[in-house]
Amino acid sequence: MIVAERKPVEEILGMIREAKRILVLGCKGCVTICSTGGEREVAILASMIRLGRKKEHNPVEIIEAALVRQCDKEYIDSLDRFDGQYDAIVSMACGVGVNFIANLRPEAVIYPAVNTSFFGGSPQQGVWTEQCAGCGNCILHLTAGLCPVARCAKSLMNGPCGGSQNGTCEINKEVPCIWQAIHDRLHRIGKKESLSHIAPIRDWSTAGHGGPRKIIRDDLTV
Amino acid sequence: MSDFTPDIKVFCCHYTSQQACAEGTDGLSKEGFPANITINRLVCSGKLQVSMLLAAFEEGADAVYVVGCPANKCHNLMGSQRAAKRVGAVKKALTELAVEPERIEMFHLERGFHPEFVQVAKEMNQRISQLGPCALRGE
Repeated sequence: MIVAERKPVEEILGMIREAKRILVLGCKGCVTICSTGGEREVAILASMIRLGRKKEHNPVEIIEAALVRQCDKEYIDSLDRFDGQYDAIVSMACGVGVNFIANLRPEAVIYPAVNTSFFGGSPQQGVWTEQCAGCGNCILHLTAGLCPVARCAKSLMNGPCGGSQNGTCEINKEVPCIWQAIHDRLHRIGKKESLSHIAPIRDWSTAGHGGPRKIIRDDLTV
Repeated sequence: MSDFTPDIKVFCCHYTSQQACAEGTDGLSKEGFPANITINRLVCSGKLQVSMLLAAFEEGADAVYVVGCPANKCHNLMGSQRAAKRVGAVKKALTELAVEPERIEMFHLERGFHPEFVQVAKEMNQRISQLGPCALRGE
């Protein structure tokens, strides 16, 4: 999922200071799963905004809502029902949602309420860790399913580096060296020959270094 | 602030408030339970959501506290632990809003143990009387 964290409320209050009517808009996708921007968090943020504005003697009207997703046109179109009822939208979706609303509603003033952090998973309740960098050229078949692009501090393709000490990364002893883990796991699953594959210099154009990426599926377009 | 009487709301679970509530408002008052504290009973403190606690401040509370079972002896296993986490989240929210986090508190009490139920009410009342009105009231 896309993992995000709510921005400090002071930053959000600063963005919306001039707005008198706000639509706090959650998303029922990834940010609901990571407990950052779903219906529950919309209620919390709306309450915090009302309290913050009351403290500033600057009252505000808030509409609370959540779309099924903020990354599909059909759901953004459903915002029509709120037309004329808000001065600004505070989106609790990831950056994709904010961009989509900005793309599709040219006149709408929109602010982000969260910092979009990474593609990750939840190893235990309340904890999320980065697992994938969305680099567009997956090599997990060579690395026992563990991603050196996202999980190596240097995104090395032929690791580990000299900073790997006792299985941990030199940047922080709490961070496992993913190349140590790749070596250990390849041996464990009988695929250690993968280690003799020397990865060539990587073409990062698929990772966004060639500009914004786009995928078109002819079988799905109508 | 000697003339200030705080508006305090307590959310308590069915079990920790059972004996206290059985005596009714008069009974509690006789024991010294402050009249300015409003009791909101829940089936379990784990039922509380962060938004419910914030809503109490929106409604004008100067302080809010939660009474739940001892952390390791909750009737519903982990309800009071969950409540304590949510109280912690509201403490953080109050800090973000530049308001004293002491305006919300969690108390773990034995079930039906009457004197302590009144004691923590007095403690909160004294604490908030000293702090003064909550800035979130916008006055």
